[in-house]
Amino acid sequence: MAKILAVDDSASMRQMVSFTLKGAGHDVVEAVDGVDALAKSKGQKFDLVISDVNMPNMDGITLIAELRKLADFKFTPMLMLTTESAGDKKQQGKAAGATGWIVKPFNPDQLLATIGKVL
Amino acid sequence: MTFDMSQFLVTFYEESFEGLDIMETELLALDVGEADLETINTIFRAAHSIKGGSGTFGLNDVATFTHVMETLLDEMRDGKRDVTQEGVNILLESVDVLREMLSTLQAEEELDVERIAIVKQKLDNLLAGDSTEAASPIVEEQPSVAENNITDTQTMDTSTAGSSGWVINFKPHVGMLQTGNDPVRMFRELSTLGDFSAELDTSNLPEFLLMEPENSALSWVLTLKGDIPKSEIEEVFDWVEDDCDLTITAITSSFPADEEIAEAEIISETEEPKPIKEVPVETPIPQAADSATSEKPEAKAKRKVTTEASSIRVSIDKVDELINMVGELVITQSMLSQLGEEEEFGEEHLEKLKNGLMQLERNTREMQENVMRIRMLPISFVFQRFPRLVHDLSGKLDKKIELVLSGESTELDKTVMEKIGDPLVHLVRNSLDHGIESPEVRLAAGKPETGEIHLNAFHEGGNIVIEITDDGAGLNLEKILSKAKSSGIVGENDKLVDEDIADLIFRPGFSTADVVSDVSGRGVGMDVVRRNIRALGGTVDVKTKAGEGSVFTIRLPLTLAILDGQSIVVGDEVYIVPLVAIVESIQVDTSLVNGITGQAEVYRLRDEYIPIVKLCDIFNVKPLHDNMEDGLLVVVEAEGKKVALLVDDLLGQQQVVIKSLETNFKSIEGISGATILGDGTVALILDVTGLITISKQNTKAGNSKTPTSVAA
Repeated sequence: MAKILAVDDSASMRQMVSFTLKGAGHDVVEAVDGVDALAKSKGQKFDLVISDVNMPNMDGITLIAELRKLADFKFTPMLMLTTESAGDKKQQGKAAGATGWIVKPFNPDQLLATIGKVL
Repeated sequence: MTFDMSQFLVTFYEESFEGLDIMETELLALDVGEADLETINTIFRAAHSIKGGSGTFGLNDVATFTHVMETLLDEMRDGKRDVTQEGVNILLESVDVLREMLSTLQAEEELDVERIAIVKQKLDNLLAGDSTEAASPIVEEQPSVAENNITDTQTMDTSTAGSSGWVINFKPHVGMLQTGNDPVRMFRELSTLGDFSAELDTSNLPEFLLMEPENSALSWVLTLKGDIPKSEIEEVFDWVEDDCDLTITAITSSFPADEEIAEAEIISETEEPKPIKEVPVETPIPQAADSATSEKPEAKAKRKVTTEASSIRVSIDKVDELINMVGELVITQSMLSQLGEEEEFGEEHLEKLKNGLMQLERNTREMQENVMRIRMLPISFVFQRFPRLVHDLSGKLDKKIELVLSGESTELDKTVMEKIGDPLVHLVRNSLDHGIESPEVRLAAGKPETGEIHLNAFHEGGNIVIEITDDGAGLNLEKILSKAKSSGIVGENDKLVDEDIADLIFRPGFSTADVVSDVSGRGVGMDVVRRNIRALGGTVDVKTKAGEGSVFTIRLPLTLAILDGQSIVVGDEVYIVPLVAIVESIQVDTSLVNGITGQAEVYRLRDEYIPIVKLCDIFNVKPLHDNMEDGLLVVVEAEGKKVALLVDDLLGQQQVVIKSLETNFKSIEGISGATILGDGTVALILDVTGLITISKQNTKAGNSKTPTSVAA
C-alpha cells in the first residue's frame, strides 16, 4: 500500500489522519511541522504528502515548495489540509506546487475518498 | 472499519486547552498599536488549530465560534486591522468563553448558549465595524461535519443534464503534471461516475526531439454518459481549474454523440473502474454525532466521572529515573533471594542480609519519593492565570499594578494544585482590591504610582510555601477591630494583639469593605479560603504593616497521599496522629487536671486551659492504664483550638500512606483515613478537627465558655 507523509502541528489531527490512513492499510510517517517533514523526506520516497498549512517553524506552503525542488518529490501528489475556503491559500499552495487540497473539517471517509483521487 | 472520533477528543481537548493558554499569554504580551507579527501569528495558529480540530471532531459550536475569532486574527495578521485594546479585550473574553465551552463539552454538559452568543456578537460587531471586510464570509463557511456526503454540493446542484451526459474538452496547460496531478487518475475518477470514454488529441505534440517529458502537450475530448450532476464533474477538475482549459457541455438529444465517439480512436482506461466512493470504510461520523446527541442524561453523568480521572503529563526524565530505580530494586531482590537459598546461614550471611535489607529500604524510599514526584507539577500551572487576572482587574479598578512571579518551577502535588487555585485567586483579588491603593493615593503617600503584587513559591521542609505580598496600605487593624466588636465577634473589652486582629479577617462573615464591589468584599471568602486550605492540611496567615502592605503566607503539604504521623497507643489499638497537628506531648500531672461542671476535664498547661479528650471513651477501647497519670497527653491543635488527647503510649514517628476510609468503608467522624502499618495491621488516622467537634459535643452542657485561648 501507499507510503504517506502526514504533516500537522496539531496532535489530534495528526492522530486522526494517521489512524484513518493506517486503517486503510497505508504506511504513515508523521511530522509535526514543515522542518520536521523536510528532514523526514530526505532519503526516503513517499507516494503522497498530506500537510496542514498553518504550522510553526515552516508552514505547509513553504514545505510543498521545498519538497517540489527535490528530485524524489517532483511528481509526488501533495495535498494541503486547509480550513481556508478563501481562494488565496489554495492559489498560494498551487503556485508552490500542491496537487490539491482537502478542506477542513473533513471526516475519515472524505479523507480516504480524496486521497483515492491521487493514489 | 468503524472508528470512534471520541478517541481523538482526549488529545484534542488537551491541545486545545494548551492552545488557549498560549493565546491568553500571547494576547497579554501583545503591544497595542505596534503588534509583533510573530505574536499574532502564534495566536492565530492556536485559534486555527482549535477551529480545525473542533470542526473535524464534530464540535460545531466551538468551530463556529473560533471561526469568527480566526477571521478577526487573520485581519490583524494581514495588517487589515489595527490591534486595539478593545480588540485584545474581546479576544481575551473569547478565550474565556472557548475555554468554558471546551470544558463544558468535555464534561458533556449543556453549553451556556447565552454567554456564547453575547461574546460572539461582540466579535461580530468588531468585525463588522471598521475593517475592510464585512462579516459576511462568516456565514459562508459553516463547518459541516455531520454531513456525510462526500460531495455535499451534490444535493444542492440543480443543473443536471437529464439522462444523456456530458462532453468535456480538457486541455491541460504545459505545467500541470508538475503539481502532481495526473490525467490518468482523473479519468479513473470520471469513469466511476458513468459510462466514460476518451478521445486523445495529439495535435499539439511537438516533434520528438523537442519533446519535454515533464510537460503536458496532450488534450482530450471526454464523454461521460449517464445522469450525472455537473458539479461532480467539476469536482474532479477542481484542483486543476487554473492549470487547464476546460469546457463541460451537456449532450443534447440532437447531438449524435454515440456513433461518433464510438468510432473515435480511444485511449480508454481499461482497468475496471473502481468506485471510489465505495472505498471500504464505514461512516463513523454520523454515528458519533448520533450517539452524542441521543445520549441519555444518565449516560452523561457516568461519562463525567470518567473525564475527571484526568491524565497527567510526566517528563520523560522522571520516568527514566523510575525505571532505573526499579532496576536497582530488582538487583537487591535477586541478591536477597540468593541469600535465602544458601544452605547454611552463618554469621557472614547475617551481615549480608542486613546490608541487603538496608539497600532495600533505600531503594523503596527512593522509589516512593520518585513515584510521588510523578504527581508533582510546577506551580506555574496555577500562577500562569494571574497575569490575566491582574490585567483585567487593574483595568476595572483603575489601578496600576505590576505582578511579579517567582518560584514558578516549585513543584507540588497535582491534587493540591487543583484545589489551591481558587483560594489563591481570592487572595490575589483581595490584595488588588483592598491592598493596593489607587494611583493618586499612592502618589500622595510618597509611593510609586504602580503597586506591586508578588507571588512567590518555595519549598520549606516537607511543605510548600506560597506568599502573596503587596505593597499596598496594609490591613486597617483599627477598623477591623471596631467592626469585629460591633458585630460581636470580639467582646468589647477583649484585648487582642495585632496578629490576632489581623487574623480576624479569616472569620466567617467578616468584611470591612465599605462598598461591596464585584471584585471582593462580600465577606464571604477569607473564611472559605482558610477552610479550603485547611482541608488540604495547610495553613494560611497574614502579616501586615500599616502603609507598607501585607503578606499572606500559605503553607501546604507537598502531597496528600502521604502523611507524617505519630503513632499512638490506646488500649490494644494503634492510631496515627498527623504530626502537623501536634503541639506537644506531656506527662500528666494530675494536680493540673480540673473538672468543670462535672462533665469534662481540662488541663492547665501554662496559662491555658485545654479540654482533655479521652480517646478510649470516644473509640470505646479499654485503656491500658486506669489512672490518668500513667498515660500521656498529646496536645493537638486545629482551627485555632487546642485539645489534649489522652493516650496510653507514644510509638515512633513515621510516614504513612493514606488510604481512604470512605472508598473502602464509610466516613467516620474523628477519623480521616487509615493506613497499613509495617506489621500489616491497619491503623486509623485521627482527624483532629473532627475530634475537637466530638469533644465539644460531649461537653456542651453548661460550659459554652471554656477558658480556651482567644486566638481563634
